[in-house]
Amino acid sequence: MTTAISVKNIGKQYKIGAAETKFRYNMLRDVIVDTVSAPVRLAKALIGKSDRRMNQNYVWALKDVSFDLEEGKVLGIVGRNGAGKSTLLKILSRVTEPTTGSVTVRGRVGSLLEVGTGFHPELTGRENIYMNGAILGMKRSEIDSKFDEIVDFSEVNQFIDTPVKRYSSGMYLRLAFAVAAHLEPEILVVDEVLAVGDAEFQKKCLGKMGDVAQQGRTVLFVSHNMSAILRLTQEAIVLNKGQLIMRGPTQEAVDYYLSSGQSQVGERVWDADEISTTSAPFTPISLKVKERSGKVVDTVRSTEPVMVEFEYKLSSPVTGLRVGLYVSTMRGEYVFTSFDTDTPELYEKFDTRNAGHYISRAELPADIFNEGRYTVGVNASSFGVKRYFMDENALAFNVDISGAPGTQWGEPRVGPVRPRLNWKIEKIA
Amino acid sequence: MTQISKTNPHEPHTVYIKPSRGLTALNLRDLWIYRELVFFMVWRDVKVKYKQTLLGMAWAVVQPVMTMLVFTFLFDRVAKLPTEGVPYPVFSFTALLPWGLFITALNQGSRSLVAHQNMVTKIYFPRLILPTASVFAGMVDFAIAFVILVILMLYYQVTPAWHLIWTLPLFLLLAIITALGVALWLSAINVQYRDVNQALPFLTQFWLFATPVAYSASVISEKWQVVYSLNPMAGVVNGFRWALLGVGNGPDLSLWVSVGISILIFVTGLFYFKSMEKTFADTI
Repeated sequence: MTTAISVKNIGKQYKIGAAETKFRYNMLRDVIVDTVSAPVRLAKALIGKSDRRMNQNYVWALKDVSFDLEEGKVLGIVGRNGAGKSTLLKILSRVTEPTTGSVTVRGRVGSLLEVGTGFHPELTGRENIYMNGAILGMKRSEIDSKFDEIVDFSEVNQFIDTPVKRYSSGMYLRLAFAVAAHLEPEILVVDEVLAVGDAEFQKKCLGKMGDVAQQGRTVLFVSHNMSAILRLTQEAIVLNKGQLIMRGPTQEAVDYYLSSGQSQVGERVWDADEISTTSAPFTPISLKVKERSGKVVDTVRSTEPVMVEFEYKLSSPVTGLRVGLYVSTMRGEYVFTSFDTDTPELYEKFDTRNAGHYISRAELPADIFNEGRYTVGVNASSFGVKRYFMDENALAFNVDISGAPGTQWGEPRVGPVRPRLNWKIEKIA
Repeated sequence: MTQISKTNPHEPHTVYIKPSRGLTALNLRDLWIYRELVFFMVWRDVKVKYKQTLLGMAWAVVQPVMTMLVFTFLFDRVAKLPTEGVPYPVFSFTALLPWGLFITALNQGSRSLVAHQNMVTKIYFPRLILPTASVFAGMVDFAIAFVILVILMLYYQVTPAWHLIWTLPLFLLLAIITALGVALWLSAINVQYRDVNQALPFLTQFWLFATPVAYSASVISEKWQVVYSLNPMAGVVNGFRWALLGVGNGPDLSLWVSVGISILIFVTGLFYFKSMEKTFADTI
C-alpha cells in the first residue's frame, strides 16, 4: 500500500490580539500621533519591519501533528471547536501554509471546506455549475460529462436556467453540494458540509460520501456528527488544543473523545482563546448541569429534574437573539433542541437583549432520558441573521436510571428517551 | 466514475506542503493547470457586470462617450488646447480607450482578492488568477469602445495611420502590463491594509491628470518629457495616438522609459504578490 498523505510535525501559528491594539488609544494626543505616523507604519509594514509584532500574541492552532494515511483509507477527524481540525484541513488543501513541518500529498486534493464558494447570485444554475466546477479544479470537459448527473443529484432540474438568487436556500445548498460531490480527486478533504439541507438531502449526501469512500479514494472527514463519522470511517484521529492525542479505530476514538476531558464535573467553561472573534458581541462563559440542590454534577438521576444553565455576556444589544441547547446521544443522534425564547411570552419580552451578563436556564423535566451518556451543545443565533456561537459538544453528562419506569426487569431499553407514560389497563371482557 | 485518471486532467502528482522561505518560485505549473479558471472568471465578470441594468452593455459606450463630450466642451471649446490637427473628439477618445481599460483593470484588480475573500479562505487555486482575470475582464468594454472610435473616425473623416497601426497591440500590451503590475501591488497590500480602497479613487484621479488623456503630451516642455514618461500610461496614450492617428514622435527615449518603468512595476509586483501570497488566507 502506498502512502497518500504523510504529515510530519505540522504546526500552525496564528496571530491574535492585533485588533485590540488598534483601538487602544483613547487620548486625542495618541490619535494625532497615530495618524501622523501612519504612513511611516505603512511603509515599515510593507517592507516587513512591522513594530506591531510586539503587541501581538501568537497562538498555536496546530502543534507537532504527524500521521500517515494510506491510499484508499477513510480517516475521521474529531475534536471540539478550536482543536485545530479546520486548520489541518486548510493546510492539507493548500489554502494556508503550515508554520512548521511538512506534508507530502500524492494525488490531486479536492476540498469541500464549504460548498457554494464562488457561486454568483446573478448567474443561472447552469452557469454556476461551470463556474464553481472550475473553481474547485475541474476541467470544462469534466464538467460537461458530469453535468446531467450533477443536475439530477441537486433536484433543481426545472430551475437550472434561473439565476440562483431566485433559489430557495435549500435549492441553493443542494446545487452547491452536488457540484462539489461530483469532483473526483484522488484525495478528498471534507469539513462539515453535510450539515446542509433537509434531513432527506443530508441522507443523500452521506450516501454520496459513502460511495466516494467505496471507490477507493482517500478521504479525510471532519464532522461533529458522531454517527456520520462512525458510519463513514473505520479509523479516526482525535485532536485536542492543536495536538493529536489519539488515533485508533473509529469506535474507540469516538468513545475516547466523548468520554475524555470534555466534562469532568458537568461543567464547561470557555477560555478566551477558544472563542472566535466572529462570535462578537456574544461571549460564552459557562455551561453547567445542576441537580435540584444546585450542585454541579456529571451524573443525573433520570427520575429527577435537571437544571441546565448557560452563562454568557453581550457586549452590545442583539435583536432576535435565541440561546439554545441541543441534546444528543453518544452516537450523535439528536434527542431534542430547545431555545430560551421558544415560548411566545419570552419571545416578546426578549425581542432585543441589551448588553450585559446573562444566564439562560432551563429545567429538563424528570423521566426524559434513558440510561447512558448525553452531550449538550449550545447555540446562540438570531434566526435568519447570524449564528454568533455554536459548540455542538459543549459538555456531556451521564444518566442514572435507578427508579425509572421498567427498571424492575433490569434489561436495557432501546431508544434515547425513557418517558413515564400514563398506562391504563382495562379489562374489557 | 471509477476511471478517475482518464477524465482527470492532472495525473496524480506529488505535492510537498511546507513553509515557504523567501521568494517562492512562481509556480507556473499550477497557473497552467488552472488556466481555464481565468477564462471562467473573465466570463463571469463580463456576464455579471451589466446584469439587472437598464442600459446593459450600452454602459460600455455611454461612459467613455460622456467623458469625451465633457472633455471636448472643457478643453476644446473653453480652453482650446492644441490637438496637432486632429478633431478633438477623436483626439481624446483615442486616449480614453486605453485609459478606460487601465482604470477598470486597476480598480477591479486591486479589489479582486478582498472581493473574493470566501474563495481565498476556503479553496486552493493560484491567487494570481484573481487580479489577472479582473484585468482581462476590461477587454470587452475596450472592444466595444473601439467600435465607437471607428465610427468617430469615419464621421470626422480622420484617416488612420495605416502604416503604424500594427504597433497598436504592443501598446495595448503595455497598458495591460502596467495595469496588472499596479493591480498586483495594490491587491496584495489591500489584503492587509484596506487603505487601498480609500486611496484608489484619489489615485485614479491623480493619475488621469498626470496622463495626456485630455491634453496633448506636446504641451509638456522638452526637458520634462523624460520625467513625464516615468508614468507608463503616458507612453501608452502617446503610443495609441501615434499608432492610430500618426501624431506625436513615435518610439523615442520617453517611450522606452515608460516601457522600463512598466516592466519594473510588473516584475516587482509579481514578486511582492508571491511573497505575500502565503499569508492571504490568514490575514484577509
